[in-house]
Amino acid sequence: MSTLRLETHEDVGAVLRERLAGFVRTLRDNGFKVGLAETRDALQLIRTTLVKHPKSLKAAYRCLFCGRQSDWKRFDELFDAYWLERGLKTGVKVTGSSPKKGMKTIRELMDAQGTKQETLAGDVERQPGEEDEDSDDTPTGRREGASIAENLGQVDFRNMQDPDALEKAHDLAERLARAMRVRLTRRDRQRRKGPRLDLRKTIRHSIAHGGTPIELIRKGPRHRQLRLVILLDASGSMNNYTSVFTRFVHGMLDNFREAEAFLFHTRLVHVSSALSERDAARALDRMGLMAQGIGGGTKIGEALADFNRWHAARVIHSRTCVIILSDGYDTGDPAALGEEMKRLRRRCKRIVWLNPLIGCEGYEPTAGGMQAALPHVDLFAPAHNLDSLAALEPYLAEL
Amino acid sequence: MASRIRPGNGQVFESEKPTLMSKSKEHLAKALAETGYVADEGLATALVLTDMLSRPLLLEGEAGVGKTEVAKALANLEETDLIRLQCYEGLDRSDAIYEWNYQRQLLAIKAREGSGADADAVEEAVFSEKYLLERPLLAAIRQEKPPVLLIDEIDRADEEFEAFLLEILSDYQVSIPELGTVPATSIPRVVLTSNGTRELSDALRRRCLYHYVDYPAPDREARILLSRVDGLDAALALQIAELMGNLRKEDLNKVPGVAETIDWAAALLGLGVKKLHDSRDLVFDTLVCVLKTREDQAKVTREVTDRLLGKVA
Repeated sequence: MSTLRLETHEDVGAVLRERLAGFVRTLRDNGFKVGLAETRDALQLIRTTLVKHPKSLKAAYRCLFCGRQSDWKRFDELFDAYWLERGLKTGVKVTGSSPKKGMKTIRELMDAQGTKQETLAGDVERQPGEEDEDSDDTPTGRREGASIAENLGQVDFRNMQDPDALEKAHDLAERLARAMRVRLTRRDRQRRKGPRLDLRKTIRHSIAHGGTPIELIRKGPRHRQLRLVILLDASGSMNNYTSVFTRFVHGMLDNFREAEAFLFHTRLVHVSSALSERDAARALDRMGLMAQGIGGGTKIGEALADFNRWHAARVIHSRTCVIILSDGYDTGDPAALGEEMKRLRRRCKRIVWLNPLIGCEGYEPTAGGMQAALPHVDLFAPAHNLDSLAALEPYLAEL
Repeated sequence: MASRIRPGNGQVFESEKPTLMSKSKEHLAKALAETGYVADEGLATALVLTDMLSRPLLLEGEAGVGKTEVAKALANLEETDLIRLQCYEGLDRSDAIYEWNYQRQLLAIKAREGSGADADAVEEAVFSEKYLLERPLLAAIRQEKPPVLLIDEIDRADEEFEAFLLEILSDYQVSIPELGTVPATSIPRVVLTSNGTRELSDALRRRCLYHYVDYPAPDREARILLSRVDGLDAALALQIAELMGNLRKEDLNKVPGVAETIDWAAALLGLGVKKLHDSRDLVFDTLVCVLKTREDQAKVTREVTDRLLGKVA
């Protein structure tokens, strides 16, 4: 009798375990970070008296399985869908779903840009050193020859299709990132009276002198990383630069652990997670999927308002430098842009606005949006070629 | 001898802890309310779970929603100590776990110099309990009665600190090279809070139970007001809470928290306000209690205040 009861009991347990495992899998597919320990605890919770009712089970599992606010918000829906078999309302990922078709990826954009550049090669502003070899009917000629490599630094990104050049942009971004890394903490700046004593080390060294602390060891400066927040304009007017800038931004995120990247056109997209992918090509692919609809118009003011409202409190602290990569052509309201820039300026340490158009001869920042934003920008610099990016290094290093 | 809790071995341990926590979440919510903290059901469940699974509880939410108060209320409820570790940038081991009292050690060595004491004995003496300075994390695991350990604003600490915090939270022991490993005499209830100024590591999040603390709903906020402000009328409390709920929906730079609501309620009570609608001027003038930036004060004009008051029953 008792053995029979035990068996049925175990059967129920097995079914439950399986269902639970399935639930955990669903959570993992939806980006929850759930480990074995959580599954084990979840099993134990089923056995306790705490859980007699779906509602309290849900509350308990929500505590256990969620790790962040975004999890917290989605959990109820997932729970209901799995255990109570209610339909899903919004974008919940089912295992193995393929990315949607018909989106414009950044790589496609890069390719498209390549062909466009080649057909329009005649319009492109010539660079010194390429004049003799380069002619309209042999556009590929620009890609070869030592003279090109030497002058890579001055080539406008618009004219740069060479993978080597892109690779160099990546390297440069890394160098830039390294230079910006070292920074003293607030505590070190307080040390007007000289560095703090490291007593542990001092005593250790005093052993050689019979316990008399002759040699005083001081605590060295703590090396701190600077946080970078990059806002990249990916609108149609920036098409020529988007590809190289995304590589540049990818390089930044490689090196800075504390860096966040956002992409904006008519809306703002947080792309840090995509760019944390090590392989540049894959990172760009993932980013392209996230930033659907790039290459359209720009609403910088609205994008910044979004940023200020939803992201700024989280990603910006007092040691943050915000870098905006944009040409300043804005279809939104310039006054709104100015207002948002002012709000942003108060939050962060410094705003750098990199504008590729400054490199063009005779450019004046007359566009309405640019005019409104300029008073709040600490550094307004060109970013049309590698040299101009490299020139930023000393400025950003002393932050 | 009470069995030591060994987290991570899969046991839901039956602890010898005070009995309040082992009761149901309804009891817990009620008991918390008696200490002056009005918890919602989800939070009560979370607190019961922290005890059942002996995991730390991570509370996230905007500034001013009462995250820190949870730990204080819990300590009150259990009649145990609250040990608080306020995190900041640059917090390190010697500020968080332990440090040797070097000055005293040096003095002790000097004092024994002439006595011809054996070097080993001196060393033994100098690296003993007497010269150890407990910092919050070590103190928390060496209490007789399990305390509540509040690790406040963990997002302000560095990532390295997060890593060794993780180590302590999983093993509940501290190894001091000169003394050996110090095991826990009791396992503290750990509450971590975060404002989300920095993304916490997945490892830490996974280790903890998670609860997102939102701004309280008007009826709950009214109950909080009633428990915190003596002599406040229930109807007025509800009016204030409703107005605050609507005010938080405005586009403000700094959204007021519960502490601000309490201040404001106390101010209104002190000025003898009985009903918000009857004293519009006073309501407008006292909004300085809740609006803490110049822009917000400029934004909430008399018209906006009237509109907000119009929504309040």
